[in-house]
Amino acid sequence: MSILTEAEARQLCERVIAAGTADEVEVRVESGLDGNTRFAVNQITTAGAVEDTQVTLTARFGRRSASVRFNALDRAGIAAAVRKAEQLAGLAPEDPEQMPLLGPESYRMVPAFFDSTKDLDSESRAVVVKTAADAAEAAGLVGTGFLRRIARSTAVANSNGLFAYERSTLASFTTTVRTRGGDGSGWSGTTHNDWTRMTPPAELAERASRKALRSVQAVAVQPAPYTVVLEPTAVGNLVQLLAYGLSARAADEGRSAFSRPGGGNSIGDRIVDEQVTLYSDPQDPDLLERPFTDEGEPIGRTVWFENGVLRNLAYSRYWAQRQQTQSVPFGGGLKLEGGSGTALDLVSGVESGILVTRFWYIRGVDPRTMVYTGLTRDGTYLIENGQVTRAVKNLRFNQSIVEMLGNIVAMGAAERVVASESGGLGRAVVVPPMVVRDFNFTSNSDAV
Amino acid sequence: MLALDAASTAGASYVDARVMQVRDQRIGTREERVTDLRDDESIGIAVRALVGGAWGFVAARTLERSDVVRLARAAGDQARGNSAAVRDPVQLAPVDPDPNGEWHTPIGIDPFAVSLEEKVDLLLAANAEALRVPGARFVTSSMAFVRLQTTLASTDGSVIEQTLYRTWPTLTVTAVASDYADFQSRSSAEVAPMGLGYEHVQAARLGERAGEWAEEAVQKLTATPVDPGDYDLILDPSHLFLTIHESIGHPTELDRALGFEANYAGTSFLAPPEQVLGKFRYGPEIMNVLADRTQRGALATVGWDDEGVPADSWSIIRDGVFVDYQTTREQVHWISEHTGVHHSHGCSFAQSWDRVQFQRMPNVSLLPGHDDYVIDDLIAATERGILIKGRGSYSIDQQRLNFQFGGQVFYEIRNGVVGGMLKDVAYQGRTPEFWNSLDMLGGRRSYQLGGTFYDGKGQPAQSNPVSHGCPAARFGGVSVINTTARG
Repeated sequence: MSILTEAEARQLCERVIAAGTADEVEVRVESGLDGNTRFAVNQITTAGAVEDTQVTLTARFGRRSASVRFNALDRAGIAAAVRKAEQLAGLAPEDPEQMPLLGPESYRMVPAFFDSTKDLDSESRAVVVKTAADAAEAAGLVGTGFLRRIARSTAVANSNGLFAYERSTLASFTTTVRTRGGDGSGWSGTTHNDWTRMTPPAELAERASRKALRSVQAVAVQPAPYTVVLEPTAVGNLVQLLAYGLSARAADEGRSAFSRPGGGNSIGDRIVDEQVTLYSDPQDPDLLERPFTDEGEPIGRTVWFENGVLRNLAYSRYWAQRQQTQSVPFGGGLKLEGGSGTALDLVSGVESGILVTRFWYIRGVDPRTMVYTGLTRDGTYLIENGQVTRAVKNLRFNQSIVEMLGNIVAMGAAERVVASESGGLGRAVVVPPMVVRDFNFTSNSDAV
Repeated sequence: MLALDAASTAGASYVDARVMQVRDQRIGTREERVTDLRDDESIGIAVRALVGGAWGFVAARTLERSDVVRLARAAGDQARGNSAAVRDPVQLAPVDPDPNGEWHTPIGIDPFAVSLEEKVDLLLAANAEALRVPGARFVTSSMAFVRLQTTLASTDGSVIEQTLYRTWPTLTVTAVASDYADFQSRSSAEVAPMGLGYEHVQAARLGERAGEWAEEAVQKLTATPVDPGDYDLILDPSHLFLTIHESIGHPTELDRALGFEANYAGTSFLAPPEQVLGKFRYGPEIMNVLADRTQRGALATVGWDDEGVPADSWSIIRDGVFVDYQTTREQVHWISEHTGVHHSHGCSFAQSWDRVQFQRMPNVSLLPGHDDYVIDDLIAATERGILIKGRGSYSIDQQRLNFQFGGQVFYEIRNGVVGGMLKDVAYQGRTPEFWNSLDMLGGRRSYQLGGTFYDGKGQPAQSNPVSHGCPAARFGGVSVINTTARG
């Protein structure tokens, strides 16, 4: 079994569409190979190889609709799924917000599929992981980590003649190295569609080891607003949260950080520091995201913030029609343009502050201001006179993401990061390291 | 059996195969319309093989005989490849196999047999009730039903068939200030997800309670911002369950304690085992915590776990002292000399056929106190405190020490009486100090189950459904912050 080609996916879509009697049909076919290898305590613990093809079918009768997702793709399986979708759709109430199906669209395809990543099979992964685990063992440290790669294709079709297809690969490697006594911990990781463009795992393991050794004998600092240097992963952990706040509808309805007092939304307002230009673009060579939505709407480049001004919010097709504007789909990753230099280069310009490797357990506290809480983790250090001088105990923050982007002092060069806390293969996020003033730490944590 | 034979022939010392069919029905509404109506099904086979002390795992949606043989051999090959990077070979604790195991969640009404119209009507009627309240601007509601049908076979000789159900009705009301300067939401936090059928939806009475939740959403707009400081906290079971989950459930996972989840979920302050088992004082003597996969209605309740171990029930904290961890078969020998327990507690779980099973949390519950207090008794005995209901924002560090927890609604308590509503409340603390500040515990009458469908752990991340029972409880002198304040 393998990833469906465009011809195979098209044929499957056509079979599903032809099997039904609904007024209109939408089909999405996702097929993929998922391979992963975990290691902990310097040895492989679990691994996995999974093959699946899932079809999501939406049947419409007028304004009534329902969806089913299924993976039994023989004749009987398709017939059963079609029957169920049509039965549910027939019983569904009419949806006043339903939009007509899109017709045929054209897409700019994205070169996101790399054989180097697809070929990263369990044997190759075991070799890579063993290298990292052995390095930790040899250094007298405890290595833990995760290597994952997926190869997948997605096709979207509807009974109105639309068909879209793309295939992509994606890999990530993350590792946490701890001291044997448990008094030090360091993390490093990277992700990309192309395995050959990723920093070699051995180098990442070395970085994590250095961080672990440097994080022992941490001292507690008084929780307070600090100038911080956030490594790119830490920036990604927080900036990706903006995706949850960029809904035009929520803003227009008065329940968003981008609602304008008195009504409406904040498009056109200067919201954050003028250094901030944030956009989505599936074609960007650092993002390489799917160029269409689940219903086949093309995704192009959308600038959310330009020089600190909110330029766009995401409009569903319905909300765009209602507000008499163009729809703006959300997709295509997130890229925050930066400057030049690394996090350590930024450290040299900071007289007093804290260097943060990554954040953990980030949860919303106040949606009105996009205040989130969470903690530093796996490498938190004191900066004195432009130098990293010693480890500090981890800290909890309560910080508005919007306010943080208003307090940027400097930014380094943007890079692709593993933005999700789980090390998962989520949305592509490209962000720079940054210096932020008045980052609000509220308590100490003894956790290492 | 085909898979077991193929992998065994290829050299595996142990093999298990799971054929699993997952059905997932969701109905979502917003105000007067249905926003989400879907009914998904996924089927596949997973083969896990042990070769040279290392695991291999291969899964696919196919059930064709030739493909199953191919998968099983691939699992064996993968395990063999992984065994080159193993230092401590896997050792499985023994289990009594059951060649004819059968179990299903005891449900009253099969949720998949209830008509769609009935479900939609119930949700839209509840929405209408919420919107009847002046100031309630938006409402969403939903129902989620999951059915997992699993056949597990292992080379130990087990053949076990199980069908698990879970059900979760929800409703959330949002009020927006007339000048758009504020918005506040109130969810149906008291309605827990449960391992029950449609009878749970009926018992939840969303329609009858929607008005009350809507009024509280509106009330939150004008609630008094909390003054930060130390307060006695009275935590309703609808809130306390998640505090238990985060600060007791997770740190007592043995894989965390020994560093196996360090790269994502984290480790645990409860380590090393030999220094904490039977020694670490978690809380006062009135604190007893039970891990239990047999409790009716709870989400992690099963007949057997995902490696054929019968459902277990055991103490984690006894009279305030930590006494045992959560384990799977391969973890038992790591601590058996300290616990004297030589069998797995049955904590193996995989969310679906496409994920490998590993150690997940059972239902972990705080047992009621011997005094038969109800929450009103706790309130009456409190001079200056805050009553917290419902889950809110939850965050805790990777070793489960420093936490910050919020809730749905907060009320000031003065001289034994519930006063006005507060807002922007969260409490911060450190797990051992927090639990040792437990000074009053509700009795059996105040005991309730809370839970979640989506406890995340592992790489790739998997969701585990889990419940936590508890009575209302009081904690003395806990640090409360105002979430809008800086510094």
